[in-house]
Amino acid sequence: MTIQNLIFLLVAIAGIGLFVWQVRKIRANILVGRDREMSGHVGERLNKMLLVAFGQQKMFKRITPALLHLVVYVGFLVINVEVIEIMIDGIFGTHRVLQFLGPVYSALMATNEVLGALVIVAVIAFWWRRNRSQPVRRFTGPELRAWPKLDANIILYIEVVLMLALFTMNTADLKLHQLRGADMPGTFPISSLLTGLFPSNMQALEVLERIGWWAHIVGILLFLNYLPSSKHFHIIISFPNVYYSRLVPQGQFSNVDSITHEVKAMLDPSYQVPAPPVGPDGSAAAPTPFGAKDVNDLAWTNLLNAYSCTECGRCTSVCPANITGKLLSPRKIIMDTRDRVEEKYNSPLIFQPNLYGAEAKHETQEHLDKENHTLLRGYVTPEELWACTTCNACVEACPVNINPLESIIEMRRFLVLEESAAPNSLNVMFSNIENNGAPWAFSPSDRFNWADDLYMAEKETAAKS
Amino acid sequence: MAEPTAKRQVTVPIMADLATRGETPEILFWVGCAGAFDDRYKRVTRAFVRILEHVGVNYAVLGMEETCTGDPAKRAGNEFLFQMQAMQNITTFDGYGIKKIVTACPHCFNTIKNEYPALGGNYEVIHHSTFLQQLINEGKVGVAGGGEFKGRRITFHDSCYLGRANNIYEAPRDVLAVLDADLVEMKRCKTNGLCCGAGGAQMWKEPEPGKKDVNVERTEEALATLDGNAAALDSLYGVESGNEGATPAPKTNAQNSIIAVSCPFCMTMMSDGVKNKERENNVQVFDLAELIATAEGLNA
Repeated sequence: MTIQNLIFLLVAIAGIGLFVWQVRKIRANILVGRDREMSGHVGERLNKMLLVAFGQQKMFKRITPALLHLVVYVGFLVINVEVIEIMIDGIFGTHRVLQFLGPVYSALMATNEVLGALVIVAVIAFWWRRNRSQPVRRFTGPELRAWPKLDANIILYIEVVLMLALFTMNTADLKLHQLRGADMPGTFPISSLLTGLFPSNMQALEVLERIGWWAHIVGILLFLNYLPSSKHFHIIISFPNVYYSRLVPQGQFSNVDSITHEVKAMLDPSYQVPAPPVGPDGSAAAPTPFGAKDVNDLAWTNLLNAYSCTECGRCTSVCPANITGKLLSPRKIIMDTRDRVEEKYNSPLIFQPNLYGAEAKHETQEHLDKENHTLLRGYVTPEELWACTTCNACVEACPVNINPLESIIEMRRFLVLEESAAPNSLNVMFSNIENNGAPWAFSPSDRFNWADDLYMAEKETAAKS
Repeated sequence: MAEPTAKRQVTVPIMADLATRGETPEILFWVGCAGAFDDRYKRVTRAFVRILEHVGVNYAVLGMEETCTGDPAKRAGNEFLFQMQAMQNITTFDGYGIKKIVTACPHCFNTIKNEYPALGGNYEVIHHSTFLQQLINEGKVGVAGGGEFKGRRITFHDSCYLGRANNIYEAPRDVLAVLDADLVEMKRCKTNGLCCGAGGAQMWKEPEPGKKDVNVERTEEALATLDGNAAALDSLYGVESGNEGATPAPKTNAQNSIIAVSCPFCMTMMSDGVKNKERENNVQVFDLAELIATAEGLNA
């Protein structure tokens, strides 16, 4: 083992170790959410993950971004083969160890190169869609503050750098082989076009090849450790997120079991309410509020949602409230959830996003409650929550099955059940239901008046004998 | 089209009366609060009853025993009130041994079908669009030649609680297809349908401040689609609204065109939108049941 191999090994262990450490923090953050039983339905869940996450099914609602994204996504999948090779080469001092695969190796390298070039094209297109003077509408909005905008661009820049490192490595290697009159294992359709641009000095080429190699792998390890601070974490976590997404109809809202017990006890005095769960020390656990005031009142799947969001804004762009100029933006609810969970619990160590909440230069700033610095009121205002029509457009639009509606309803439940803070007109609706059995102020005795003087034409053909 | 030969008064069967006679109808028609109290939607209820009577379905209604399903309370976050209503209704249903429920309200449909089982209420629940589709498939409703809607331009506005909430997109379109009308789709249809603005208890409150009401946005889309007005559609959709593929229908000065709905709240919102746009002279909003009852010549 040379000193270079040893350095590589240490760098790789440090990079992967640091990433694992960061992921464990994120896992802890997600698990502060309320428990929700999600076991079972393995086949159904795997099938959905295969279609929606691996197969990108929902991306293809919009064909242009779907194709651009597909290039980068497939490029990412295929480049992992190259990463494995680099890892082995780096540790054992081999060179292009996978070349024993023969024609398969050639096909892999060729695919990788073509995809690498297409990735650069796609990334330029992505950059243009975000940074031109009139960006695509969903890449604007008050929640896309300085950090999310910078984050989106950093990801694009890193991807270009990684691809350039790959081409530097391959082109230098290819030219070295040519100068030596040796056959280079593999097929390199792009690099073979670039050899003319490279010097013919063997020593310089060897240095270039090493620079490309090291830049590529160190870049990947750095990028890996950037992910937990970034929206780009979706490349990993969207798979479990889709796996754990809902299987029931979108119209079905969750039942609150604790309320069911109360209602049953009211209707039937002999009903035995189950004892509240007991904490590990034997004392009764603190009563959980109805609905959600802060991130730990949401289910862990809602927090998993927050970490899966890549801030693409498809949800917000189809939200009827947002389209018509209301404050509600489903993407903001999800981004707020992640910011709040990192503010309250583990924050990512490497890059600290500028958490906003009360300090934000934000449209909702004036409405934010500085006393109650929780998800509800400290980040998300009641005005946003009450603008939701529960139409499920955001849920349908999300390519990774994030469900902003669940979080919105949980916060509405807190407002109504814990604070009695519904808009007055809704309180009127509630009392109408309580008193008249209808959301409007009609007398229940008029409920059957619609059937008065009801006549119909009796056709000869339809007349019953 | 067969000429009406007679007009008869319909006595709507009530569950309690049937129960005293020891009868159990095959189907409970759940009318819903809007169907019972909203003047516009009462006409839909009556149209649907005419269809039920016409095909000879063994049905009954709860009459004054019906009460809110609790849907608006649940969407507004009042889970306690929702469950009180749900338990009450489940007790009523189970008291009559009800197995199958049909309703013309997607909100009632969704709540009874999806949310009552967790509280112990399990029924076969059918929305009237699916029910009408079945009647058509069974040949019980023919609407020979499309009736009076033949050739008229119709666009169907998807209800969120029927569509995305329960994946029912084809049933209402199959029902409209028998009318032999000029059906046009809005670009934002089916899974991409735009809400009318009433869901989630918005029906009972003023909208939050914004630049437009949701029902106006949706009505503008419906009108521009019916009119084949490409310029109006462009300004609505703007840059990259997604959902590529829809092309505007040929431009016409669509007289007597129709926005078809399948939900009482959509009915209110779209009708208000048409009034807001001062188009009520040539665009009407109808429910599926009204279109079928009229085409079948059942009105009197």
